Amino acid sequence: MTDNTLEENETIEMKLLLEAIHLKYGYNFKDYANAHTKRRLRNRLKMSGMTTYTDMMRRIIYDEPFFNELLMDLSINVTEMFRDPWFYLKVREELIPRLKTYSFIKVWHAGCSAGQEVYSMSILLEEEGMKKRSQVYATDFNELILEKAKAGIYPLDVMKTYTSNYQKAGGTGDFSDYYTADDKNVILKRGLREKVLFSSHNLVTDGVFGEMHLIFCRNVLIYFNRKLQNQVLQLFYDSLIPGGYLCLGSKESLKFTDFTDRFDVVSKKEKIYRKKLMAE
Amino acid sequence: MNTVKTYQALVIGVSAGGLAALKAVLPGLSARMDQPVIVVQHMSPDSDDFLVQYFDKLCSQSVKEAEDKLPICKGTIYFAPPNYHLLVEDDKSFALSTAERVQYSRPAIDVLFETAADVYKQGLVGVILTGANADGTKGVTAIRAKGGFTIAQSPKTAEAKTMPGSAIEAGVDMVLDLEEIAPFINRLMSKGAALD
Ligand SMILES: C[S@@+](CC[C@H](N)C(=O)[O-])C[C@H]1O[C@@H](n2cnc3c(N)ncnc32)[C@H](O)[C@@H]1O
Repeated sequence: MTDNTLEENETIEMKLLLEAIHLKYGYNFKDYANAHTKRRLRNRLKMSGMTTYTDMMRRIIYDEPFFNELLMDLSINVTEMFRDPWFYLKVREELIPRLKTYSFIKVWHAGCSAGQEVYSMSILLEEEGMKKRSQVYATDFNELILEKAKAGIYPLDVMKTYTSNYQKAGGTGDFSDYYTADDKNVILKRGLREKVLFSSHNLVTDGVFGEMHLIFCRNVLIYFNRKLQNQVLQLFYDSLIPGGYLCLGSKESLKFTDFTDRFDVVSKKEKIYRKKLMAE
Repeated sequence: MNTVKTYQALVIGVSAGGLAALKAVLPGLSARMDQPVIVVQHMSPDSDDFLVQYFDKLCSQSVKEAEDKLPICKGTIYFAPPNYHLLVEDDKSFALSTAERVQYSRPAIDVLFETAADVYKQGLVGVILTGANADGTKGVTAIRAKGGFTIAQSPKTAEAKTMPGSAIEAGVDMVLDLEEIAPFINRLMSKGAALD
């Protein structure tokens, strides 16, 4: 077999494998960024000791725990509290004063992973006196990671980074007031969960979340291809009130999407956008 | 059969001691060389765009930070952004990822080299410069497996020898002193290499 046929066959096998995941478990990865998916599947194949994607497909269908591991690979849950502190500083200084003009706000964290982003925002809302006037929805399609988000328990060794991020993000209190620690973990104060509803939501297949003032979707769109990015941005557009805000990850933008004309740029570096008040 | 293959893209991986090494390579690339150059330089997660600004002044090509979904253009030198892996997609555009570090690094040279090798196949040239870890070794192996061409900086001219040393141990096509690299690449990219 030539290299080309080999590659072509491998591509076919991978497509079938993704189709099998879709049919069996309902997760649709077909429009994820291809290079990324290929890399994750290749790594898992190597680690599993199997030699072909067809073998792996069979295992996925029959062995749910194995699929759950693969789901972890494909969903990339890397996150931290106050990730990109300068972004949260901008939210505090620029966005919060604008949001204070509403009597009540709804916030949606789409792709919230293990919850760090959500709790960062809870702290910020609390410090800005906005917590009582807010309802926060935190969603992810990975149920295992959502359980971690609900628990709000993080390993002790990441706290140094989180604390320094908090300070750089303009935190007005003492970060250690927001958690208790044992010898291995920190447990975030339950009060931070008060206004938060965690639920499972798949951005590819599930519907609109109505009337949001603010949507965070950070470091999720980079894993999608352009077609899927546009589809998901439509979902956000439809879920935002006119004049509502959309925050993307620091290396994401609307630049290569169909939505450049439908949002205003609030802050270029921080990737904060505002849905235009009226359709043009 | 003796055909000539022409190269479509150049990837460079560099770590400790990178600024000086890149300064000896990038400005030396010929203005006539129109293949894209993609660079992973290990750096701290909160670095700014100093490298991009700095080399944009020194190089005849335009120098940019690689962006998610950006189509890869000729005559441009791209740097991976700090704290993101840089991948090449089938349609010759970039993808970014926040996945775990690879070889303690994000961006990782292996991630760029392996995904670029998948796309450019025998049309890819990979260069490993100075560095104090083993990132890039799997990457050059992947490039060679697809028929691309690989170069390592000679450890004796490298500020940190581990990274090129590790690549050489795994096997590269050519080991060059730092100042030989740019002229060699200029010849390679303009003529291609004779295949037998
Ligand atoms: C890299 S994390 C980003 C976490 C956080 N927003 C941040 O920026 O730190 C990406 C998250 O998106 C989630 N995700 C990926 N595809 C998704 C989808 N189709 N629907 C909902 N969540 C998804 C993953 O499970 C993962 O938790």
